[in-house]
Amino acid sequence: MLDEAWTLSPAVALRLEPFGALAYHFGNRKLTFLKRPELVTVVRALGEQPDVRSALVAAGIPDAQHPAYADALAGLARTDMIRPRTSEQEAVA
Amino acid sequence: MTIAPERPPVTAAPRPTGGSLVEQFELGLDAPICLTWELTYACNLECAHCLSSSGRRDPDELTTEQAEAVIDELQRMQVFYVNIGGGEPTIRPDFWHLLQYAVDHQVGVKFSTNGVRLTPERAAFLAGPSCAGYVDVQISLDGATAEVNDYVRGPGSYDMALTALQNLQDAGFTDAKISVVCTRQNIGQLDEFQALADRFGATLRLTRLRPSGRGADVWDELHPLPHQQRELYDWLMAKGDGVLTGDSFFHLAAFGEALPGLNLCGAGRVVCLIDPVGDVYACPFAIHEEFLAGNLLAEGGFKKVWQESDLFTELRSPQTGGACAKCTFYDTCRGGCMAAKFFTGLPLDGPDPECVQGYGEQALAGDRTIPSSSQDHSKAGPTRNQPVMLKLMTRPPTSACAESPLAGFEPALSSGAHDQKGCCS
Repeated sequence: MLDEAWTLSPAVALRLEPFGALAYHFGNRKLTFLKRPELVTVVRALGEQPDVRSALVAAGIPDAQHPAYADALAGLARTDMIRPRTSEQEAVA
Repeated sequence: MTIAPERPPVTAAPRPTGGSLVEQFELGLDAPICLTWELTYACNLECAHCLSSSGRRDPDELTTEQAEAVIDELQRMQVFYVNIGGGEPTIRPDFWHLLQYAVDHQVGVKFSTNGVRLTPERAAFLAGPSCAGYVDVQISLDGATAEVNDYVRGPGSYDMALTALQNLQDAGFTDAKISVVCTRQNIGQLDEFQALADRFGATLRLTRLRPSGRGADVWDELHPLPHQQRELYDWLMAKGDGVLTGDSFFHLAAFGEALPGLNLCGAGRVVCLIDPVGDVYACPFAIHEEFLAGNLLAEGGFKKVWQESDLFTELRSPQTGGACAKCTFYDTCRGGCMAAKFFTGLPLDGPDPECVQGYGEQALAGDRTIPSSSQDHSKAGPTRNQPVMLKLMTRPPTSACAESPLAGFEPALSSGAHDQKGCCS
């Protein structure tokens, strides 16, 4: 996953909170909690970066923590909070 | 990129970072995760345990324009969905308009109804494209049989609910919710409730009876007995996977393993209630002036009440746990339900009246004063929909033809007791 291009699902809204953020999916109506501000930064950076690893680096996540973040992102992917970016979809803000 | 939004300090001390999600929730959020909005106190029914003492419309009910302004503000605050209730919300003439307005403004709606207005036409509307799958419907049913349901909800209410469920199913509305308040009379029907849900392609939702509103008057008779709490807990552990609970049974966590969901009191921290006149209370089960944080028609609106009211600030400050702090189960049950304690006259930092470790019964046996209600919209006189809470038969009659009101009554101390048994016993 680290070398793939991902982005926040267009159906998802993030609401910032002191602990991180609420992510709400308007399509499947699932509510997820992003429990760390760093994870919020990563999720928001996904669409702006060529791949997941670059988003992690941009967010200042140490290399040693990349696998743990990849697991967290995989969890978000399971409920369509984030989704793979297709080639015609250029990086969006 | 700035992550942390600017926010006013909720407490004087800096907010601790890290910790569990529950610990963070206890400190409060910038906006509620979900809130309940009672649209009207008017109701066609007069359920004996109504937590909002509903019946009559309040003359100061929010107007359509004011209600739209509330939805606008919820959208700005990113409150993604609201639970709409009452009273019976669907008898507000602008209910369907407000439903559409909320959906169009990215505020999803789950509304609770007794089914009175869920005609085939309305069911088709709810299943149709204008609701965009963005509306949940919750039909209240407090008995899996008419006998048990109508006992507390009033004559005809069981048939009304089932007709509504049938109309929704026929219209192709999927996954309606059947919402059950668990009582002494219906705990034995959990499997039957599940069967009903399966029959209508619905999801079962079980919630806790609170001694709130008119519920205070009947709580002693309706609340589950200790062994029934165990029965409920075991049922939820064994069969509760697809069952919703509104996280309302966290006091049962003290039986051992916690049930799924947030095991904390969310009052004023992650949930709150807006009542029909715009008063904001800490939670849906605490409609009482003690838990009134403010009114959203005042300057600053709902946001100011949520973020700055004294009451909510206090609820978000660290709690000591009081008498419960030394209990080994405190970390799982967190002292139970604030409203249940308040309305049974127990101290808020003590055990829940239904504490499964038995501390609640001890507390109930001690000195306590049950608070009087601070609002009551019950109908003034009896109507044909009023439940008649005749005692459900708890033991077989002495005999089928023993008509004497004293049949079976044998005073132990009376001398020369007559044989009071009926003719064919």
